[in-house]
Amino acid sequence: MKVTMRVNGVERSGDVEPRVLLVDFLRTNLALTGTHIGCDTTSCGACTVRLDGDPVKSCTVLAVQADGREIKTVEGLANGAALAPIQVGFHEEHGLQCGFCTPGMMMVTSALLERNPNPTDDEIRWAISGNICRCTGYMNIVKAVKHAAQMQADAAKAPAGAAVAGGGE
Amino acid sequence: MFPAAFDYQSPTTLDEALGVLAKRGDDAKVMAGGQSLIPLLKLRFAQPALILDIGRIPGLADIKRDDGHVRVGALARHVDIERSEELAKLVPLMVEAVRWIADPLVRNRGTLVGSVCHADPSGDWGSIMLALNAELVASSARGERTIPIDGFFEGPFTTTLRPDEIATAIRIPLPSGHAGGSYHKLERKVGDFATVAVSVQVELDGRKVKRAGIGLTSVGATNLKAKEAEQALAGHELTDDVIAQAARLAAEAAEPKDDIRGTAAYKKDMVRVFVQRGLKAALARAQEVGA
Repeated sequence: MKVTMRVNGVERSGDVEPRVLLVDFLRTNLALTGTHIGCDTTSCGACTVRLDGDPVKSCTVLAVQADGREIKTVEGLANGAALAPIQVGFHEEHGLQCGFCTPGMMMVTSALLERNPNPTDDEIRWAISGNICRCTGYMNIVKAVKHAAQMQADAAKAPAGAAVAGGGE
Repeated sequence: MFPAAFDYQSPTTLDEALGVLAKRGDDAKVMAGGQSLIPLLKLRFAQPALILDIGRIPGLADIKRDDGHVRVGALARHVDIERSEELAKLVPLMVEAVRWIADPLVRNRGTLVGSVCHADPSGDWGSIMLALNAELVASSARGERTIPIDGFFEGPFTTTLRPDEIATAIRIPLPSGHAGGSYHKLERKVGDFATVAVSVQVELDGRKVKRAGIGLTSVGATNLKAKEAEQALAGHELTDDVIAQAARLAAEAAEPKDDIRGTAAYKKDMVRVFVQRGLKAALARAQEVGA
């Protein structure tokens, strides 16, 4: 079946069997390998992408279900060389060790910051409760999200027209 | 992991979807959010010839008041319930309980009606709907009928929904007067199935119970309605003794098995503890509503 979706703002098409999962369509057909396959059983959140804005597990969505929809993957976070605030946060606060869960963590927390620009620690932990990290113990991930929130708050206060470091979102 | 090959149709009207099921209902599986079905397909526990995706049918995602009920459409997702201000006012038990279901990512895709039709005995919504005395609305090319939730579950992953039917909505009677509910769930980690969970809803007439609903998760071949415990509450004031008696009856109604999450004896006792806690919490909330 032919499927067409907007991926990171660009219309992309492919011909897939109905049983092809969205994560495999992204990685194999579109060569967007930033989205990782972790558990492949709807448990770990490594494959999280945004589907019409909502973070979802792309191992548990069929590519045909995403036909005509809007997808955002980790490749869509940065604006050229300018990292998005959430990426800067993970970098500055060392929010990763092996990095395998990081794309999913960033997709879910960037969605959180859009809905809730100033989340508490509890709200961040709640938001990432479907994403497993086996390295960090989550402490630095929470700090990374707070760092990004602070960056966005500072950018909002900056005078109009001022360049915003890391403003890619 | 890939599912076995299947045909896929995603009609854009309910009539079209019902027409497909009238012909191919026996080898078709209806999909809403797919959060239970897709994992089953990937593990090849389910290998239907046809997936009928109802996700593109307009008008099925509403949550609205409907003749003494609140009607939740087949495409209303867990997250829609979590964020529904109307449901928070009308049936707060649902909004409290939904936060215990799966994880935030799954809640962005999965649906209440889909979860009930999936009929996993470890599912949360089934016991919540049993406590609330909900009813399914089932459509087919032959017409529409309503199915009371009590009796809807036939066994693990099996319901009385017929192969040519689509559950288009679930209707929850609006709690009357001073009402309160609670959901207690024991889970090892976020997203895990319940070791045990108990949903409780009480409606008071003065100090006495007008109606009580108790639903049990993960302690039987289906979600269970603890009817004897419910009956032991009706017409009584919720004293410690009455609550303890209902909790014992609910524990007796549970039929858990030993597994990695705990022994049968432990689970039975957790039912007792949760019914007790649940009734006390529900009572406190019902009295708040009345204050």
